[in-house]
Amino acid sequence: MSHTAPDLVDYDEAVARFDPVIGIEVHVELGTLTKMFCAAEVEFGGEPNTQVTPVSLGLPGALPVLNGTAVEYAIRIGLALNCQIAESCRFARKNYFYPDVPKNFQTSQYDEPIAFDGYLDVELDDGSIFRVEIERAHMEEDAGKNTHVGGSTGRIHGAEYSLVDYNRAGIPLVEIVTRPIEGAGERAPEVARAYVQTIRDIFRALGVSEARMERGNVRADVNLSLRPTPESPLGTRTETKNVNSFRSVERAVRYEISRQAAVLDAGERVVQETRHWHEDTSTTTSGRVKSDAEDYRYFPEPDLVPVAPSREWVEEIRATLPELPAARRRRLQGEWGYSDPEMRDVVNAGAMELIETTIEAGSSPAAARKWWMGELARTAKTTEVELSELPVTPEQIGQLQSLVDSGRINDKIARQVLEGVLAGEGSPEEIVSARGLEIVSDDGPLLEAIDAALAAQPDIAEKIRSGNLGPVGAVIGAVMKATRGQADAGRVRELILERTT
Amino acid sequence: MSDLTRLSADTMAQQLVSGQITSVELTQAHLDRIADVDRAVHAFLHVSSEDALSAAGDVDARRAAGETLHPLAGVPVAVKDVVVTRGMPTTAGSKILEGWVPPYDATLVEKLRAAGMPILGKTNMDEFAMGSSTEHSAYGNTHNPWDLDRIPGGSGGGSAAAVAAFEAPLAIGTDTGGSIRQPGAVTGTVGVKPTYGGVSRYGLIAMASSLDQAGPVTRSVLDAALLHEVIGGHDPRDSTSLPDPVPALSAAARLGAQGDLTGVRVGVVNELSGEGYQAGVSARFEESLDLLRAAGAEIVEVGCPSFRHALSAYYLIMPSEASSNLAKFDGMRFGLRVEPEDGPVTAERVMAATRGAGFGDEVKRRIILGTYALSAGYYDAYYGSAQKVRTLIQRDFDAAFASVDVLVSPTSPTTAFRFGEKLDDPLAMYLNDIATIPANLAGVPGLSVPNGLSDDGLPVGFQILAPARADDRLYRVGAALEAALEAGWGGPLLAQAPELEIAR
Repeated sequence: MSHTAPDLVDYDEAVARFDPVIGIEVHVELGTLTKMFCAAEVEFGGEPNTQVTPVSLGLPGALPVLNGTAVEYAIRIGLALNCQIAESCRFARKNYFYPDVPKNFQTSQYDEPIAFDGYLDVELDDGSIFRVEIERAHMEEDAGKNTHVGGSTGRIHGAEYSLVDYNRAGIPLVEIVTRPIEGAGERAPEVARAYVQTIRDIFRALGVSEARMERGNVRADVNLSLRPTPESPLGTRTETKNVNSFRSVERAVRYEISRQAAVLDAGERVVQETRHWHEDTSTTTSGRVKSDAEDYRYFPEPDLVPVAPSREWVEEIRATLPELPAARRRRLQGEWGYSDPEMRDVVNAGAMELIETTIEAGSSPAAARKWWMGELARTAKTTEVELSELPVTPEQIGQLQSLVDSGRINDKIARQVLEGVLAGEGSPEEIVSARGLEIVSDDGPLLEAIDAALAAQPDIAEKIRSGNLGPVGAVIGAVMKATRGQADAGRVRELILERTT
Repeated sequence: MSDLTRLSADTMAQQLVSGQITSVELTQAHLDRIADVDRAVHAFLHVSSEDALSAAGDVDARRAAGETLHPLAGVPVAVKDVVVTRGMPTTAGSKILEGWVPPYDATLVEKLRAAGMPILGKTNMDEFAMGSSTEHSAYGNTHNPWDLDRIPGGSGGGSAAAVAAFEAPLAIGTDTGGSIRQPGAVTGTVGVKPTYGGVSRYGLIAMASSLDQAGPVTRSVLDAALLHEVIGGHDPRDSTSLPDPVPALSAAARLGAQGDLTGVRVGVVNELSGEGYQAGVSARFEESLDLLRAAGAEIVEVGCPSFRHALSAYYLIMPSEASSNLAKFDGMRFGLRVEPEDGPVTAERVMAATRGAGFGDEVKRRIILGTYALSAGYYDAYYGSAQKVRTLIQRDFDAAFASVDVLVSPTSPTTAFRFGEKLDDPLAMYLNDIATIPANLAGVPGLSVPNGLSDDGLPVGFQILAPARADDRLYRVGAALEAALEAGWGGPLLAQAPELEIAR
């Protein structure tokens, strides 16, 4: 398939003339041991069609039984997103024929979601908070996975044949649907990215999913429409499916803004359709036309009884909710005394957990930040790895700082020790003793070095004696040089003053 | 030894316990009977001789070893082909499942096997249980043992005919709108639809999930109670399964058989009589009321005004659910697979070709009806309204059961009709279930017991309905009526059935 590249309007120009409205649907695969409606075990990477039962294969006679843990996880998500939890809600059947849906209907909540009317406060790069309204979070089952073999596109059209793996069929999902996100303006792409990132962090904090984007545990569909002004009615939207990284979410919104602006500029109408996201080119292409008349013949699933979580249970779950990422960030920032920009840099660098552990291992918050955001950040950048991937643990940094704090090494030596740790020579303690880097605290050798330095520069010694302390630093420098840096500069200063008075 | 087949299941069980007979003898006697008469009756789609004899041998060995066994251990049973059986073909009477051998057992089949009941085979039925005559089977008609030119009822005509023809002492049926009770009525056998949720639906190939219920098909009320006790009870694999333990049903049947119904209030449903009911059917019904009265029951008339809308509501809800339940039959994973004759072989076209070739007309009719009823824009008018009618019918039952213990009516408005008589008139066919459908819509239990022969010499059934979870009342009143009737006849009604020709 060849596409003629569509016209694009420069992004800045597009957002100057149009008001973008986004809507995001996030699907998260719950990390339950078994599937939504049967006892088939769920494990990533199993041989195709080994994690199945008559239920998840849709065999005649099989009946679904709801996974209680999945319901609990859905409630956890709902509560974390400040939603109401339904007193009673039902599943429905979404009827459509497709080989990856074994029953040819998907069992999904429809008009009675388990959670609804919530919001999520999303922190943007500049620290400002953007509130995203949540319409609903509902439970459903995943479909199987199709592999289209032959043909160039990897899609069903043009394929020679297709394979279906039902291991994924019936894995519990929660779909979280936002209300139209208005008012983001030119920051719409950033808001979209920050929303998905924030909600992914929440899934992990709640322990409801591994939430690994690259495994498809979290998948985002991005709706976008443009309108001339914020007062205009909503424009026609497109839905870009399966945008599966934070960066892509941002790019997909950007791209659709530029593309739709060009369509509207040309006096044409945006087609209401789903669009495919292409990671390699950061573009979208037309998928299937989606009309509002699409008829899934929803009706209440007669094989399941209504889900009626008792208020006591909901409150029990609420009471066990962990501290959510945003609250935790605020708490740690307060405890550590970091400024807003400092904390933001730490979070953006992915250093918050590292610093937390470093502090637990004995470092002060300021020193921990200095190591991770200074020396180590530079090393990570030059070696092109994430901070957490460096061959040094927060415990080691804590130990290193303790060595400095107790006066056994100084900052300069500490940097040498860190190089040793990064080179795999062992722990800071081991390197200090192996290399003999411990500070010389015996005054004898220091006095020798001081006397030699003063003797070498009699005029300086004279100045100091007469009360001009300016040149003390030069003498310290000479002593440090003579002791290969292994002297405690403070002690050296004291001794110099003793010797010159 | 073919006399054995004439015994009641209860007597068979006693003789097995006392050592008078073995399960192998008993099972072989039924296999012989099947070989003798089933060419004429065609009650079975599959006879599992080896499997049955092996299960029988196992029971005999365990009994000989002194093991304590289930009371019905060793008594064979036939299973309607809509119930999945591991290692035994299961077609639901449809071409689309021809040759499919399920990899698992329905819960009720597990229970039969666990009780040590040899499974004789799978019985014929209307395709996917859609019909009232078994003429919609893709595998030929089942013949009524009372008159081989007539239908055995449906959809469970195979199970009813097998029991009536002494090919099996017991059988399993399923009842979505009357498919156990109506065949019972027209073949002179007993059929019970338990309370919805009383018997697990796990492993029943679903027609309409909110209406389907499996139950016993037998020659006596006590036998039905005994079989019901085997298959009933909670099943964690069926979310709609009741948590309650099975009530004491055989005890209720034994109590009823003593003939005293003093203090029992019996309500006659006004809406289930009169026009459309054959004269002989109405006459037998009145005579049965007299017998109940004589046994001490109080007979009152009860109005259930919403029942007149039951058939209409049923023919929206049932096809709606069926259209979705039958979507899985698409040639992708199991069963028939048909590739289109010309044009590209795509998944969509294979599905269409398979369903076009694999489903019969009645199934297609209901899928189309249901698809239409669920369509956007029609949902509220059809499915939504039907659900409201369903609620009204449930309220009628609630109101009636506030003043009576059981409700009664003729089971079916007519006796067995001739093959082809109603095949081209779906509405006439649907009317057979007019008296049985309300129970399915409300989830309440119902029993049909033979109560005589109509003017045409064919059997007639008497229906008893009880509140949900009060299945024991069916058995008490049913057994009392059965005892009184048989006292008059000098034996079971089936003794009056013509002897089938032995064709070997």
